Amino acid sequence: MSAVAAATATQTPPVAVVDTMSGRVRKRLTSRTASIISLLIAVLWTIPTFGLLLSSFRPEREIKTTGWWTAFTNPSFTLENYENVLFGTSSTQLLSYFVNSIVIALPATIFALILCSLAAYALAWIDFKGRNWLFIGIFALQIVPLQMALIPLLQLFSNGAHVGSLTIVPDLNLTGSFVTVWLAHTAFALPLGTYLLHNFISEIPREMVEAARVDGAGHGAIFRKLMLPLITPALASFGIFEFLWVWNDLLVALTFTGGTKDVAPLTVRLAEMAGSRGDRWERLTAGAFVSLIVPLVVFLSLQKYFVRGLLAGGLKG
Amino acid sequence: MDFVDWGPKLFNALLAVAVFGAVVGLLLIVVDRAPKRGHEKYQLAVFLLPAIVMLAVGLVIPAVRTTILSFTNAAGDFVGLDNYKWMFTEDEALVTIRNTVIWTVLTPVLATGIGLIYAILIDKAKTEAISKSLVFMPMAISFVGAGIIWKFMYAYRGGENQQIGLVNQLIVWFGGEPKQLLLDPPLNTFLLIVVMVWIQAGFAMVVLSAAIKGIPADIVEAARIDGVTPWSMFWQVTVPSIRGSLIVVLSTITISVLKVFDIVRTMTAGNFDTSVIANEMYSQAFRFREQGRGAALAVFLFVLVIPLVLYQIRVLRQREEAR
Repeated sequence: MSAVAAATATQTPPVAVVDTMSGRVRKRLTSRTASIISLLIAVLWTIPTFGLLLSSFRPEREIKTTGWWTAFTNPSFTLENYENVLFGTSSTQLLSYFVNSIVIALPATIFALILCSLAAYALAWIDFKGRNWLFIGIFALQIVPLQMALIPLLQLFSNGAHVGSLTIVPDLNLTGSFVTVWLAHTAFALPLGTYLLHNFISEIPREMVEAARVDGAGHGAIFRKLMLPLITPALASFGIFEFLWVWNDLLVALTFTGGTKDVAPLTVRLAEMAGSRGDRWERLTAGAFVSLIVPLVVFLSLQKYFVRGLLAGGLKG
Repeated sequence: MDFVDWGPKLFNALLAVAVFGAVVGLLLIVVDRAPKRGHEKYQLAVFLLPAIVMLAVGLVIPAVRTTILSFTNAAGDFVGLDNYKWMFTEDEALVTIRNTVIWTVLTPVLATGIGLIYAILIDKAKTEAISKSLVFMPMAISFVGAGIIWKFMYAYRGGENQQIGLVNQLIVWFGGEPKQLLLDPPLNTFLLIVVMVWIQAGFAMVVLSAAIKGIPADIVEAARIDGVTPWSMFWQVTVPSIRGSLIVVLSTITISVLKVFDIVRTMTAGNFDTSVIANEMYSQAFRFREQGRGAALAVFLFVLVIPLVLYQIRVLRQREEAR
C-alpha cells in the first residue's frame, strides 16, 4: 500500500548508541543469539529455492530417485533438463510460453504507464469541475478485487455487449488473443498506477508548469517536454512493479488466454504441469527456473526500484 | 518450437506498442492546436478519457454485473439469495470458508512476526543488506514458482524408495513415517499457508525494518540508560513505536491472503479440502460453469476486503495531512 511507501520515505536512520562496559558484554551475548536465529531464518528461507535450483541441474533419474542433498556427496550435473524444457520437441517445451509471457507483459506495462501518467497529469494540472471527486473515485477503485471483474469481462470479450437487441459492442470473439489480456491488465493497473503517479506529478513545482504555460505551451507540450523527463524515476518504479505483477500473474492469464500454446504465458503452463505432470520433476524444476529468471534478474539488478515499487503496490489485485 | 512462430508474435506486440505510442504522441501534439473554443475540453478528453473508459469497461461495469450475476443461477434466471445460501450451508462451500478463515488468521500474524523478529535481529548487522535480500527474494518469485518450489519440498516417495522432498526426508531422519503431505487434510492447508508465510515475511521485514530505523534515537537511548532488558525493549519501545507500520503490514498481508489463488491452484488445485474463496470462485465460474455461485463468492470477497482497504485509506490520509 502506498501508505507504506509514504511511511518509509520519511524516515532517517538513528544516531549511534551508548557504549558502556556492561552494555558491550550484554550486546555481544545477545548479538550471538541474534546471529544464530537470524542465520537460521535466512537458511530456512533460502533452502527451498536452492534445492529446486540444484535439482534442475541433476539428471532425470537422479532427481527422481535421490534427494538433492545427496548431490553434495555424489555430484552429477547436466544441462539436459534445460535443453529439453527450452528447445525440446515434447509438449512440455516452454520457449514459446516464455515468448508469450514477454508478449503479454511488455505491452501491458507500457499501455498502463501511458494511460496512468496521462490521467495523473490531468488530475494534477488541468482544472476542471469535479476533479477531486474523480481522483478519489479512481483511487477508491483499488478496493475492487479483480475477481469481481473476471466473469463479465470474459463474457464481453467472447460475446460483445448487448442491451436487448441493441448491440453496443459487437461479438469480436477476442477470447484467446493477446488483446484481451493486455486490456484486462491495463484496466486493473489504472487505479493504483494513476494514484502513485499522481502523487509524484503533483509534487512538481507549480512555478515550472506555470512558466511553461506563460511561454504559451499547451498541456500536450508540457506533458511531453517537461513532465516525462521529470517523472522517469516514478515511471521506472511503477513500471517494474507492473511488469513483474503481470509476468507473475496466473489468474488473469488463466481466465483470458484459455491456456493454449499460442497465447498462454509461463505461469499458466507451469501451473498446469504441476497439476498434470506432478512427478515430472526434471521438467518442473528447470521450468520453474526459466520462469523465475526474469524476476530474479530484475530483483538483483534493480533492487532499489523494485523494493520501492513493491512496497507501493502491496494492495494491488 | 520454431522461430517462424514466435517472430511474428513479438513483432505484433512491438507494433501494438509503437502504434499506441504514436497515436498518443500525435494526439498530444494535435491537442495543443485544438480550436480556442472548447480547448480545455479537448485537452481533458485526450488526457483523461482513455483511462476513464478503460476503468468503466474493465472494472466498474463488470463489478456491477458480477453483483447482479450473483443473484442468478447457471442458466441466468433470477434466484434471489440462493447462491449465498449455498455458500453458507453446503459442505463443499463451508470447507472453503473455513479454510479462508484459517488462512486469514494465521498467515498475517506469522509472516509479520517472523518479518519483525528478523528485521530486529539483522538491524545494523554488517550483513544487513544481503540478509534482507535472502528473505525478500521470495517476493520477486511468482506464486506459481513458489508453489512448485514447495511442492518439491513436500514431495513423497512411497515404499522403500528414498525420499526426494526435504520435508519427508526430515521426517525420516527423525524416525517418522513419510506421507503424502498434500493429500492429508487438515494438515495440507497449514502446509500451503507455510508457502504464503514464506513469501510475505520478506515484505513485512522490509517495511518494518524501515520503521525500526525511524524510531527516534533518544527514545532508544533513554530506555537503554534505564537498563531495560532486550525483551522489554522489544515490547515497550520497539512495538509501540512502529505500531502504525505493523497494522499496515498486517492488513496488507490480510488482503493478499484473502485473494490467494495461485498457490492453492498450483499445489492442490483446491482438492483434498484445501480450497479457499478465491480459488473456489474460479472453479465455480470457469470450470463448473456455475457463474452465479462464482459471482457470489467474488462479492463475498469484495465485502471482506472493504473494511481493510477503508482502514488503509484512512491511515494514508492521516499520514498525508501530518506531512
